[in-house]
Amino acid sequence: MSSDASVWQRAREPGAAKLSARVVVRAALVLAAAALLVALPLLVDDYVLSAILVPLLALSLAGIGQNLVTGYAGQLFVGAAAFMSVGAFAAYDVHLYLPSTPLLATFAAGGLVAAATGALFGLPSLRIRGFYLVVSTLAAQFFVEWLFTKVGWFSGNSSSGVITAPPLRIAGVSFSSPGGHYWLSLLIVAPLTLAAHNLVRGRIGRGWMAVRDMETAAAVVGVPVRASKLLAFAIGSFYCGVAGALWAFAYLGTVEPHGFDLDRSFQILFIVILGGLGSVAGTFLGAAFIVLFPIALDQAVAAVAGRSVDPGLLQNLEKVLFGALVILLLAKQPAGLARLVEIAWIRARRFAARYAPRSRS
Amino acid sequence: MTTTPSALHGSSPGSSPDSGSPPGPGQPPDSLLDVRRVSLAFDGIHALDDVSFEVRRGEVCALIGPNGAGKSSMLNVVSGLYAAQQGEVRFEGQVLSGARELSRRGIARTFQNIALFRGMTVLENVALGSDFRARSTFLEQALRVGRAPREERRARDEAEVIIQLLDIAGHRDDVVGRLPYGLQKRVELARALSARPKLLLLDEPMAGMTFDEKRDMCRYLMDAHEKLGTTLVLIEHDLGVVMDLSDHVIVLDYGRKIADGSPEAVRADAAVVRAYVGSFET
Repeated sequence: MSSDASVWQRAREPGAAKLSARVVVRAALVLAAAALLVALPLLVDDYVLSAILVPLLALSLAGIGQNLVTGYAGQLFVGAAAFMSVGAFAAYDVHLYLPSTPLLATFAAGGLVAAATGALFGLPSLRIRGFYLVVSTLAAQFFVEWLFTKVGWFSGNSSSGVITAPPLRIAGVSFSSPGGHYWLSLLIVAPLTLAAHNLVRGRIGRGWMAVRDMETAAAVVGVPVRASKLLAFAIGSFYCGVAGALWAFAYLGTVEPHGFDLDRSFQILFIVILGGLGSVAGTFLGAAFIVLFPIALDQAVAAVAGRSVDPGLLQNLEKVLFGALVILLLAKQPAGLARLVEIAWIRARRFAARYAPRSRS
Repeated sequence: MTTTPSALHGSSPGSSPDSGSPPGPGQPPDSLLDVRRVSLAFDGIHALDDVSFEVRRGEVCALIGPNGAGKSSMLNVVSGLYAAQQGEVRFEGQVLSGARELSRRGIARTFQNIALFRGMTVLENVALGSDFRARSTFLEQALRVGRAPREERRARDEAEVIIQLLDIAGHRDDVVGRLPYGLQKRVELARALSARPKLLLLDEPMAGMTFDEKRDMCRYLMDAHEKLGTTLVLIEHDLGVVMDLSDHVIVLDYGRKIADGSPEAVRADAAVVRAYVGSFET
């Protein structure tokens, strides 16, 4: 080969000097955000912690799982709640039948069982796509709900049908207060979010997006298409499984198959679509929107209409308003909240760049 | 009808400077791609009929012919997207089987109607071209340990080299789907080159381009050919471009090979002139 070998070694590093300053600023911002997140229980009341933040974190985690499969790997599926359910029951069963298992290990077990289930129900994606895949993944939703209702072994054959989640202790430290629930959620969600971020920014994530954007070309450049799809289903379901265990243990305090129904699956799909397909950060925005907006709307309507209106009518009115707003948002910005925030950020920087020097002079 | 290859292969190969070993008996010197008696039919219609040719290492080979002559089909057979009913394709002496092993064997290609990953940035597209070489597992990548960080840095560095080479640094972080057509063509070439292929298959790299864009693309192709030592096989309709760039021209018509040789020899070939009535006059 007449290849000029040096061409390949002459790697360029753009703005190496500027990089360090930017890294420092970034690290400081990340640290500040982390400190704020950890200190949050000292700043807000128990209602916010256990009714808003804990479910928000659990739903975000499930949303990341859905986003890895749908937003990144491009496999349309409905049934995230089924894998949450599998994760919740698997974690509970590990606790039930192997009581000495540490708490974090039961979460991991829930995730792993969900991952295996997800890879299994992801198999149809090797042959079909689009709406057909939606229908075939719905099978998981109904099968899992049926399985956990009919087979008593999964819920420890409890006669009352009510399952109590295990006490939340890690290495002797109790996480049973509302703040503890939040910290436990953060302890699980933060590292998994980072891992998801690492995955989508690297080779695996590029492979997923390539499969999403054009399968034939992905195969030609050497992406293992089938393995990529199954890996997406497995990892996405792992995230859903851990989220399900978290939802059951830290939020509800019980495990119940009907809590993970089709409505929940759609909720998670909407979180991802609203937040932004193919954006990990957007998933949190979507979850925040889904969780916070109804509450805000509730309070706004209550303030305007007072108690004079029939509460049933009020509830329906809120649903209509919520739906209208979602349609408006997606019509204005189909790429979701993540893109909306990104555009706002770019505008803000442009604005700052234009006016900052003038104000200084 | 068919021009004998021996008479025409006497033309200068153009490059391949390190062809030290003398040609052995039977095995021609430095044969990189060897297409042997390939036939392909769709529902009884012959797209390719008993086509054989060879591409030598370091050469620029053009595949030309009227519309529907089977050029794209040929490229799709070579890249494993179509399975030929008869014949075989050998690369470096070994049979090629399927698109999945293409990149590992050292072959990259571009498509006539651009097959980029539209939702990804330019850098991601180009980095993806070399990703097949990475070995880290998904756990190493999720945790950023082991081989993952090193491989990621290398993929991005190599992508950067290609991005510089093709003058698309200004669009590094742009989403490919929003770029204009001519740039997309260039990004697709960049993605193919980042695989560091021994053989690059180009399906109409200059289709639909303006005169200036074509001239630029020619320069990038020759840069890749000379600086990276890539052997090129390209389909192209602009005969001026073909005659300028290539060392070796193969002409297909109705799925058959009607000529094979140096640009000068092919230009003079009576069968080619018949197939392209008047085309050389322009």
